[in-house]
Amino acid sequence: MTIFLAAAEWGGEFDGVFDDINALFDFPFLFSFELFGQEVGINRTILIAWVMTAVVAALFLIGLRNASVVPGKLQTALEAIVELNRTIAMEIIGPKGLKFVPMLTTFMVAIFALNLAKITPFMMLPPTGRVAWPLFFALISWVIYIGVGIKEQGFGHYFGGIAFPSGVPKILYVILTPIELVSTLILRPFTLAVRLFANMAAGHILVVITLVVPWVFLPSFPVGWMLGVVGIAAGPLVFGFELFIIALQAYIFTMLTAVYIDSSMEAH
Amino acid sequence: MTGSLNVIGYGLATLGPGVGLGIMIGHALESMARQPEAAGMVRTTMFIGIAVVEALALLGFVLAFAIN
Repeated sequence: MTIFLAAAEWGGEFDGVFDDINALFDFPFLFSFELFGQEVGINRTILIAWVMTAVVAALFLIGLRNASVVPGKLQTALEAIVELNRTIAMEIIGPKGLKFVPMLTTFMVAIFALNLAKITPFMMLPPTGRVAWPLFFALISWVIYIGVGIKEQGFGHYFGGIAFPSGVPKILYVILTPIELVSTLILRPFTLAVRLFANMAAGHILVVITLVVPWVFLPSFPVGWMLGVVGIAAGPLVFGFELFIIALQAYIFTMLTAVYIDSSMEAH
Repeated sequence: MTGSLNVIGYGLATLGPGVGLGIMIGHALESMARQPEAAGMVRTTMFIGIAVVEALALLGFVLAFAIN
């Protein structure tokens, strides 16, 4: 333990980054202008998001433009993604959920692609690690499941069903109504956003530390050298683990959106 | 020695949801193994439960940053 601490004391070249963790996520504008008194511009996060969007759009256009009955490799892979979302919609929402398959697929692919920038060489920054992206996805999901609830059940019936769940003694509504309202209308989109954001921010910090450790410690021959070797060995493991987290978060976001839509479909 | 108590607070806040998730996922696995034909329903309900329990851990994570 002491040798690790000594080694950590030695490598002090990343002062700025380690003093302020925000430096890992904040990037200066490459190009900016004033809009309603607010500085609006293009920074690295937006650029990465554009590139990932272009890549995904190109993949789907090329893969599905000449869709054939006997699919090629790319078409098989893309159809597997749509099939997965179809299964989610069928299992959770039922036959009525088939019209949500395009939306769920969009969510899953967009979140997966934006997360994937975390371990893509030359990018190494997930746009979803900034809270604005997950928050916006969660906002879309929130609008959709409340909209579905109002459309399927009517305004009064839907909010009445949330506030006064049936089958409980009347006296319990004193406690239950505020809890249900807060959890359905505020906590649901909030946790959707924060779950994705927290996973991506923590993952980005982990990846950065894994990559910085060999860089800092390998040159310090007598003391910290071994730590650099450990860092190199940990690299593939960390990247594999992050790939797993990326896919899992995309899946969970899609699945929970489907679950919320299902809970708006009929009163429970 | 300097530092933030918030970090310790978040460490403590993970304990409850950790135990809760362990119990819930363990029981879900058990019931899926006993009744594989109900796996889809069990998995869906498990994810709803995970979302509720995990909300506590996420609240702790956010409050650790939000409160100074």
